[in-house]
Amino acid sequence: MVKDQEFLKSKASYCLDLAKKMGATDASVTVGHSISETVNFRNKSLEASDRSDGLALSIETYLGKRRSSISSSNLLDENIKTLIEKCFETTKITPEDEFNSLPDKNLLAKKISSLNLYDETRFENDKKIKYLKDLEESASSNNQIINTESSFTENKSNFILANSDGFCDGYKTSSFTTSCVTVAKDENSMERDYEFSSKRHLSDIKQATDLGNKAAKQTIRKLSPKKIGSEKINIIFDKRISKGMLSVFASAISASAIARGTSFLKDKIGEQVFADSINVIDKPDIIKGMGSQNFDSEGVNSTTLQLIENGILKNYLVDTYNGKKLNLKSNGRSGGTTNLYFEKGNISYEDLMKKNSRSLYITETIGHGSNIVTGDYSVGATGFLVEDGEFKHPVNEITIAGNFKDMFKNIILANDLEFEYSVNSPTMMIEGMTVAGK
Amino acid sequence: MSNFFNKSDLTRQDADKIVSDTLNNCDDGELYLEESKSESIVLDDNKIKSSNYSSDLGFGFRAISNEVVAYSYSNEISKDSLKNSSENLKSTLKSIKGTYNHEIPKSNKKFYEDINPIEQKSLDSKLEVLNKVNDFLRKKDGSVKQVTASFAGEQKSIEIIRSGGEALTDVRPLIRFNVSVMLEKNGRKETGVYGIGGRQSYDDYLKNDNWKNVCEEAFRIASVNLESKPAPAGEMKVVLGPGWPAILIHEAIGHGLEGDFNRKKTSAFHDLIGEKVASEGVTIVDDGTIDNRRGSLTIDDEGTPTERTVLIENGILKNFMQDRHNARLMNTRSTGSGRRENYRHIVLPRMRNTMMLSGNQTQDEMIKSVDKGIFAVSFGGGQVDITSGKFVFNCTEAYEINNGKIGSPIKGATLIGDGPSILKEVSMVGNDMMLDPGIGTCGKAGQGVPVGVAQPSILIDKMTVGGTKL
Repeated sequence: MVKDQEFLKSKASYCLDLAKKMGATDASVTVGHSISETVNFRNKSLEASDRSDGLALSIETYLGKRRSSISSSNLLDENIKTLIEKCFETTKITPEDEFNSLPDKNLLAKKISSLNLYDETRFENDKKIKYLKDLEESASSNNQIINTESSFTENKSNFILANSDGFCDGYKTSSFTTSCVTVAKDENSMERDYEFSSKRHLSDIKQATDLGNKAAKQTIRKLSPKKIGSEKINIIFDKRISKGMLSVFASAISASAIARGTSFLKDKIGEQVFADSINVIDKPDIIKGMGSQNFDSEGVNSTTLQLIENGILKNYLVDTYNGKKLNLKSNGRSGGTTNLYFEKGNISYEDLMKKNSRSLYITETIGHGSNIVTGDYSVGATGFLVEDGEFKHPVNEITIAGNFKDMFKNIILANDLEFEYSVNSPTMMIEGMTVAGK
Repeated sequence: MSNFFNKSDLTRQDADKIVSDTLNNCDDGELYLEESKSESIVLDDNKIKSSNYSSDLGFGFRAISNEVVAYSYSNEISKDSLKNSSENLKSTLKSIKGTYNHEIPKSNKKFYEDINPIEQKSLDSKLEVLNKVNDFLRKKDGSVKQVTASFAGEQKSIEIIRSGGEALTDVRPLIRFNVSVMLEKNGRKETGVYGIGGRQSYDDYLKNDNWKNVCEEAFRIASVNLESKPAPAGEMKVVLGPGWPAILIHEAIGHGLEGDFNRKKTSAFHDLIGEKVASEGVTIVDDGTIDNRRGSLTIDDEGTPTERTVLIENGILKNFMQDRHNARLMNTRSTGSGRRENYRHIVLPRMRNTMMLSGNQTQDEMIKSVDKGIFAVSFGGGQVDITSGKFVFNCTEAYEINNGKIGSPIKGATLIGDGPSILKEVSMVGNDMMLDPGIGTCGKAGQGVPVGVAQPSILIDKMTVGGTKL
């Protein structure tokens, strides 16, 4: 069983009291406990089981404008005492930083509403095994599939965040995650693809057979890829890639990147940065949402933020420290976005596919080719050549490149948005990117 | 050395008994105990942004029978907690019986000393170096707009207890010193990053004001990039500089030669042992035994002493890298490559220091031989799709080559290639093998472990460069 609120609260107040007693002017502490159980399958038989049970503690102590932090997994009182002593000693010799402080009291979350983020259902390992058997049966039904690997993870977590201004709250969350990776082979090639489902509640997890079938289908269609020539072409990004564009956008508007001056979106508030049909929203209070939260990692209340309105940048993601540097109030985004999404567009997936007589559909990118200082983008890619709305043949060993400043202004979104993950996007087309191939 | 048996009610005798009881009917497995202390001190935006210290303690208990691995970890080292884990392992393996392999090779060689680098340098003196870095770079040039400098240090103590009570221990220090600088000139911003590190004390790396060299190098890379032009797009010849660019070898070849992917036959290399996979003159080894290197280990995380494993010799594929589990299932021996990020993770076969050895040509000859291509000197991260064999990496410092001469710097571009065929495109191997500065971390299955790479300059006849200029 995951530790209850009372246990975590008692550890948190022990830490705060001790820090105060030693002379800290302020302190904040997070105590968490998490239990997860994973079962792995390979080629329709059990491969591994993994159980983890982990406590985690992190403390920040302040002496005026001096601050330092410690973290530990050892929650014995004696160890906590030694660590807080060490932390406070370090705080004393760390230089002052005028922006160091706990969050403004009036911004702290007051009322916690239930977002239904915890499902107490126990899905015993035997049931996980049954699920994975069904999944791999369907994944391997086509004889071009030569290897299947799948897993099911159940996680239950609880945490308390407390600070010396009297904030003390936390809540339980759960997640159920299942994934399947399949390898297909033909005379020309060997290819891999995957499918997964991750939910707060067990009953929302995809059917095992659907998941297996989908993974297999997505893998088989990649067989016998061809390389294409280097050219300018319109690129359609599958949902699993288009949501990555949102993540890049989010890191470029984090207050820390803005305050340090290391983002291509610095000083762009109020300016057009996306095509004028584009709206981007970050909504923390979606019931059962994978990214939902009542407050951010500092205890600050978080409410829905419109980040992009008709293509115009409206807000940065602001935490207390960087907010003070930028003279902005925290908007409850210490720790990043919550449930981030593009509002859906007004063209159907089919029409987007047919929009050009020839385009490239990308299903996977590899490499870390997003530079948020310059906005330059260059990654390895795998996908399909699309002609007249149909997949013509699979494509690999190519790269796609551009600059986000231009790419964001040339985005067209389909109307197929679904809320599956903590970051969600419809299928996306970006016009005029460079493909490097033969 | 940590004593794991003075922390709670768990005695060594208890632990031995529970381990032996649990693993009696299994093929392999062990109790892995770990205590780590780590620190990170970061200067950013003219201030000490964070100073964090953390201590972590826990165990991971593993039992293996046939192809099934059962694993359970906890950060509570106690009799109850270990018994719970034992029950959990037994329930997974209840219907599978094995025969425990007691054999584990021994060595008394050590590749680093039992030091705690965190305690060997005072916090004050670390702060002083970080402030000196900041002042030095900001005074150096008006274009310097942002400086980040950091120290990261760690001491990890491990003990492995096998069935029958055999215990193996190791104490592993690790440090890294890093500088990142952002320049702005005529409205353009570019960053340069450089770092150094390994398994010695901070001062071993910082003597003779070596921090200045780290600053100069980060500044030089950023300055070069300020002048960069759009990179070309398409297939062309690529000259790689010596040292850190060997992450190409790591991505293109290394991962594909890890035992697990080959046992599962999901690696493009699984049926190529004894075959020619590279040009003549290409020899690649994975070596865990170089003194004080970031990727070196006295014993791996299963207790096997590390070694120098020949992967490719004169173009012929010789060996895969193995942990005990994959080695047993493939009827071979462990190469001391079983590694894990920490006690929370299972062991996987991983790289240590992956190196392409020197040939006898010069970098000059390579450049002169290229009509149109690029010269890549430094890289950011890379990634590989083991199954299709396609890999990428991102240039952070590269130049055009025109008619045998190095031309303008080019913007960061991704290079993409095909692992199983790329080494056949190597047409020249330099005489200038160099180790990387000690900064690599390799990610696999969500686990990061420190690694090293090395190579001489090489000429690759055909690779796709992912620029924007057609």
